[in-house]
Amino acid sequence: MKQQKHWYDYLWVLSPIYLTLGFVNILFAWLGLVFFCTPLIVSIVTGNKGYCHRYCDRGQLFALLGGRFGLSRKKDMPRWMVSKWFRYGFLAFFLTMFLLMLWNTYLVFAGAQDLKQVVTLLWTVKVPWQWAYHGTLFSDGVAQFAFGFYSVMLTSTILGLVTMVLFKPRSWCIYCPMGTMTGLICKAKAKE
Amino acid sequence: MSEKKKKLAWVDRTLCAACGCCRKVCPRKAIIIYKGLYAKVEETLCIGCKKCAKECPASIIDIREVDR
Repeated sequence: MKQQKHWYDYLWVLSPIYLTLGFVNILFAWLGLVFFCTPLIVSIVTGNKGYCHRYCDRGQLFALLGGRFGLSRKKDMPRWMVSKWFRYGFLAFFLTMFLLMLWNTYLVFAGAQDLKQVVTLLWTVKVPWQWAYHGTLFSDGVAQFAFGFYSVMLTSTILGLVTMVLFKPRSWCIYCPMGTMTGLICKAKAKE
Repeated sequence: MSEKKKKLAWVDRTLCAACGCCRKVCPRKAIIIYKGLYAKVEETLCIGCKKCAKECPASIIDIREVDR
């Protein structure tokens, strides 16, 4: 029996649209804050992880590419990747790198550092991205945050795609830092 | 008299990330995500079709035989 499709089943289009917009003008990266805040708000308000299986555009994209398009080996993830140690460790690492990105943004805002028109992939590889920067009416820090945030979004998409190919389509969902954070919020709320 | 067995999905709750991938594919709507903590199988609805086990990205769902 075919399940009825809802409007939210098509949210996967947001991921490629977002990444394309950041390719055209890096300031669009700020829109990513919507993806960042919505799951947190949903879990704080409702105390559940409804966002993950219903509205997560990235999860849907991986399910589509790995499932319908067959771009996944559909093998089991290694046990260590499923462990809580790895999930919480990856969250800690991810948040540390995120804070570092915010610190670099602050330095540009404060005038202590120049704007770097690069996107950093996997926290190490600096890719020139100057074509997507056309200036800003505000401080250079606004653009620096956009470059940093886009780096985070692109890096997590790449990691998700790699694990989609190697393991099951939505392997990313197991170690997704946002999923781990909303899980912690749900745990705290369940204890209330 | 032979005992009748039934196949049921069994979730390892200690490792479940509550991502809800299993819930999405369940044709009987037999899975709920309990308080955002783990997937919970409604035994009266589950028919042990294995769809959830195949879908689970962490591969922590087993199909077990239990007495009816």
